[in-house]
Amino acid sequence: MSSTVDKVWAILEHLTDPEIPVVTLRELGILRDVREGADEIEVVITPTYSGCPAMGQIEDDVRASLEQAGIAARVLTQLAPAWTTDWMTDEAKEKLRQYGIAPPHTLPKGVSVVQFVKRKPEPVACPQCGSTHTVVTSQFGSTACKALYRCLDCQEPFDYFKPY
Amino acid sequence: MSTLNDYLLHLADNAVVLGQRNAEWCGHGPVLEEDLALANVSLDHIGQARLLYQHAAAVIGGDASEDKLAYFREPHEFRNYTLLELPHRGPLVGYAAADRDYATTIVRNFLYSALMVMVWDKLQSSSDETLAAIAAKSLKETSYHLHHARDWLIRLGDGTEESHARAQAAVNHLLPYTEEFWTSSEAERAAVAAGVGVDVPALRADWDALVNETLAEATLTRPDFQGYITEGKVGLHSEHLSFLLGEMQGLARAHPNASW
Repeated sequence: MSSTVDKVWAILEHLTDPEIPVVTLRELGILRDVREGADEIEVVITPTYSGCPAMGQIEDDVRASLEQAGIAARVLTQLAPAWTTDWMTDEAKEKLRQYGIAPPHTLPKGVSVVQFVKRKPEPVACPQCGSTHTVVTSQFGSTACKALYRCLDCQEPFDYFKPY
Repeated sequence: MSTLNDYLLHLADNAVVLGQRNAEWCGHGPVLEEDLALANVSLDHIGQARLLYQHAAAVIGGDASEDKLAYFREPHEFRNYTLLELPHRGPLVGYAAADRDYATTIVRNFLYSALMVMVWDKLQSSSDETLAAIAAKSLKETSYHLHHARDWLIRLGDGTEESHARAQAAVNHLLPYTEEFWTSSEAERAAVAAGVGVDVPALRADWDALVNETLAEATLTRPDFQGYITEGKVGLHSEHLSFLLGEMQGLARAHPNASW
């Protein structure tokens, strides 16, 4: 049976995020666990943002790709511990950068919410030219998880994946 | 109806009502970036509401479902703060000129998200594990909502004469409604006693400090007022909620059990 678990991991390794097709669900930290349930395989995923419209798609993708391989699986959603961008692998962050999305900074530790809101944002490097001479255009970009930035050197607009 | 359930519905209704209100800006934002921002903030609120309704439905049991709770309850059964159901109209907006005033939107989002970062923060240690898990996620999202609203409040207040006047009018208009935060309802008191809920009146000093400091930075004045206390959270709403729900619930009621 454990070979089935390995097989499932291998199949799911090909699944990418519906909105950012260069990173896999595992690399993003959305795919939490694959385990043997009572009579079928259980795949545990965790939502990113509460309202992320990609979650339904992700669940469908997982189920469809396992069905195709003839594996009966149940997809479980687990809320705690809450998903964080700190779970993203370095490999995933580099893929994001090459794709044109500035990867998230590591979350500051031990900072209260009120301090977090008031602090000056850390400089974000332009994924195109690497300059940190950049400004925020809007704190919400094409999706809730990204902010819209502009590079003052190469003038390119770009998305920044916000620390969450 | 159990206490836990009533408390969960208070949190869920807050989120769904403000989410629906702010979604009215979708396609009508003052600038494209803000149109996107408000739609994203609404998506977070609706996502939070869904998690809370799903949890409440599980607590109620039987044939309860998140859709039934959102779409098939009447206005007097909603437990949201009155502040959140008010239209985006400040006192300086003429009916003929415009329907919506962005300063009103921003001030409300600021006053509410300043409270909710503190509420979610405390609820992370709720004795209800599911609620604690929802709180941990919501806190991250609400921090960004507060960041967004606070930045814009400072920009509007410390901006042009027009933006300052509108922001000040919105503060004067909306601040009295926040009195509702500080008087606990029976459901809130019971939830606190059970270790499930947060004692909101105890957050007042921190909230005041954040609000006062932000208003000062925005060159706005905090008005003195002799208050009235609205009671949306016990089901006594303004007329505005019915219109909001009429729009939100209409489709689900016209086509029950529709899916796509």
